Amino acid sequence: MTDWIEIIALDDIPKLGARVIKTDTMKVAVFRTGDDQVFALRDACPHRGGPLSQGIVHGTSVTCPLHNWKIDLASGEALGPDEGCTNVFATKVENGKVLLAIKADEAAA
Amino acid sequence: MTKERLVMIGNGMAGVRTLEELLKLTPEQYEITVFGAEPHPNYNRIMLSPVLAGEKTLDDIVLNGRDWYEDNGIRLITGDPVVSIDRVQRKVVTAAGVEADYDRLLITTGSNPFIIPVPGHDKQGVIGFRDIADVDTMLEAARDGKSAVVIGGGLLGLEAANGLMKQGMDVTVVHLLDSLMERQLDKPASALLKASLEERGLKFLMEAQTAAILGDEQVTGVRFADGSEIPADLVVMAVGIRPNVSLAQAAGLHCERGIVVNDTMQTYDPKVYAVGECVQHRGDCYGLVAPLFEQAKVAANHLAQMGIARYEGSVTSTKLKVTGIDLFSAGAFNEGEGDETLVLQDPSQGVYKKLVIRDNKIKGAVLYGDTLDGTWYFTLLREGTDISAFRSTILFGQHDLGDAGHGDASASVMALPDSAEICGCNGVCKGDIVNAIGKQGLFTLEDVRAHTKASSSCGSCTGLVEAILASTVGEGYDKAPSKKGMCGCTEHSHDEVIAAIKQGELKSMQAVREALEWKTPDGCATCRPALNYYLLANWPDEYQDDAQSRFINERAHGNIQKDGTYSVVPRMFGGLCTSNELRAIADVADKYEVPEMKVTGGQRIDMFGVKKEDLPAVWKDLSDAGFVSGHAYGKALRTVKTCAGKNWCRFGTQDSTGLGVKLEQMTWGSWMPHKFKLAVSGCPRNCAEATIKDFGVVCVDSGYELHVGGNGGIKVRVTDLLTKVDTEEQVLEYCAAFIQLYREEAHYLERTAPWVERVGLNYVKQQILDDEANRKALQERFLHSQTYAQIDPWKARAQGEQSHEFKTLKIA
Repeated sequence: MTDWIEIIALDDIPKLGARVIKTDTMKVAVFRTGDDQVFALRDACPHRGGPLSQGIVHGTSVTCPLHNWKIDLASGEALGPDEGCTNVFATKVENGKVLLAIKADEAAA
Repeated sequence: MTKERLVMIGNGMAGVRTLEELLKLTPEQYEITVFGAEPHPNYNRIMLSPVLAGEKTLDDIVLNGRDWYEDNGIRLITGDPVVSIDRVQRKVVTAAGVEADYDRLLITTGSNPFIIPVPGHDKQGVIGFRDIADVDTMLEAARDGKSAVVIGGGLLGLEAANGLMKQGMDVTVVHLLDSLMERQLDKPASALLKASLEERGLKFLMEAQTAAILGDEQVTGVRFADGSEIPADLVVMAVGIRPNVSLAQAAGLHCERGIVVNDTMQTYDPKVYAVGECVQHRGDCYGLVAPLFEQAKVAANHLAQMGIARYEGSVTSTKLKVTGIDLFSAGAFNEGEGDETLVLQDPSQGVYKKLVIRDNKIKGAVLYGDTLDGTWYFTLLREGTDISAFRSTILFGQHDLGDAGHGDASASVMALPDSAEICGCNGVCKGDIVNAIGKQGLFTLEDVRAHTKASSSCGSCTGLVEAILASTVGEGYDKAPSKKGMCGCTEHSHDEVIAAIKQGELKSMQAVREALEWKTPDGCATCRPALNYYLLANWPDEYQDDAQSRFINERAHGNIQKDGTYSVVPRMFGGLCTSNELRAIADVADKYEVPEMKVTGGQRIDMFGVKKEDLPAVWKDLSDAGFVSGHAYGKALRTVKTCAGKNWCRFGTQDSTGLGVKLEQMTWGSWMPHKFKLAVSGCPRNCAEATIKDFGVVCVDSGYELHVGGNGGIKVRVTDLLTKVDTEEQVLEYCAAFIQLYREEAHYLERTAPWVERVGLNYVKQQILDDEANRKALQERFLHSQTYAQIDPWKARAQGEQSHEFKTLKIA
């Protein structure tokens, strides 16, 4: 089942930046755009597994620091001519707090 | 409206090519009539030699069959030569009395073989080598006859002799001069050719002047000026061709050796054009096919009334079509005064290559035995390419260039197989690029980069990729526009952005994007780091650095590795260190379980595999031991490499390590358009490799040589000597000024080597040497900016700055 888990205050994610959330099985990158939208992706580029959280955020996409693939934050899909996709997690912001929807088994398996 | 009428006299290669070009341009403009004296449709005259040698049949060499004329609505009259042109009535009349009116006339009567007017030249069995009828005569003679004499040791004569020999005849070649093919070959190549043809069974009589053809009705032999005679059942006159101008001359058109035409292939009668071997253009008559096709294109352009093409003469190249003999020549292959020659001779392999060079450009070429690179040399010759860059290896051929995009890529890329790796960074082969261009319809370098990744990493193969693009899409290729936008977010170039920041006093990224009408709200991964740098370089005391616009290495102050860990390189000024410092580094390595260490190319110690969350603690320990960041991760001042210097080295002339330490103390921490490396060598032996650094000092007994713009990376570039100074203070002053000029004016991600090449060393000298006030101002601005830059980022982060960057959150 899906739980909403409160993870961090919005202000603790830098604008046009990201924070990394570690679950037992993986790392999740939580991004904040220039207009305060929040997105969460598995922190692995579909290309060579590069840490997307370390990339430069622009518009609603992030550029992977290893080989410059551009990933759409909303869909997790590679943009432009590249093909590939990383997992997307639902997020919402309530009272200045960022909540992440993650299945209990994904979080703790 | 009735169509205009075009009449063509002559049905040869040049004429029919003109019609083909014309039909491409305006298929419906003319009603076309073609008169051919021979009973054949258009065939490839060049291939008569292989037909004679029995290697091809007549059908093989027909270029345009009768169906081609029908399909294009062209009236073709063969075997009935035109005998007169009436320029007043604008009509032509044939031998059989056929008349045709014209609005435009195209004369393509070609040439006739030159028959030497010696006694007996009109006997049966004396022929030229020009058309299918001649070939038929020769083949017939070969069936019953035994011996043949070919008069003329030029291209055509040798091909005829070779063919007759193949047909089983005993062939003697008679030549007036002492070397064969003197118009195409120099003497050494000519001698090789003669030896090789003799080996095949041809006989030669050199320096022999024909006096008479012997026999009654039928030829029986040849007598020479010295009185000697040889028997012959067939005599082939191949001493040259004469433009066939009789018809034009009779019609009152101005002729000299050939029908005189201007650059639009028009004769003195504006209704009459001429192309091919019958014309004389700027004093030259051509007998080879390539120039004739160029003429055809021009004539077609004007017949189609487009009126833009001009024929300006041709440089020609020759190949001998004798199977098994490879021979090529082009241009002025006999050196004149002031020319140089490059020669490669390997007699046992039968290889001879000669290039005639003037001012580092190829003027002529003769190749024998190995003609693979003939077309390449011919291209270099025609385009007037400066060969100094690869002069030392040019004789070994084009494949010997084989580098990653530095030589003349456009020429070499065509020769590469599809499996050739073009982009070494991303493993992209030529075939991948060609396929992507074809299937995805790519037209620009950016497209190819996006779809194949080729040239998208280090960029050293960019020239090759552009050449593949150009050769694959041909004229559709969009050459890089002269002005390039910084990235997809803006049309403005780097220079325009830099100028806007300075003049418009723009002091934030938002201000730049608004003033220059950026297309995206917050830029992209390309322009943000560039803007951040430009703002920082221009307003060091006002601009607030934006961490989110820095590439991760500069944001995290370490080098990200492929597994997401970081490497840590502490600064060791001038490469000097103490045992205590080494001990402190060793302790850090133990404490944080650093899996691997190495000494870098810049004489520093690199610790690999540090986890990101450990970085602040690692830095704290290093900071406590007195280290600051080595900036091994940044577009920044990297290291000052030094040699031992006069304190220890018996050759040292100055204190190179001491000067290196001073230079590094002055420059560390500064952000640059790209990475920046220094070195100081204590003597001209240059152990610190200062002449491949961005700024290098080579100490000499009398002072210090300052070198700039070197690079040891993708494309090695040796520095240019900026100047020589007397004191260490001057070294520091000039160094600061050079760095600041580069910081203020180079494009982001442009190393000093391409920057110096772009602006020119003279410009750098003007700014730094000639203008003392400017030099001091540059130095002052650099030192001012350093007061903000020399704050150790490691210590700051060890004390908690930007802590969110290094903390991972956990959910269980």
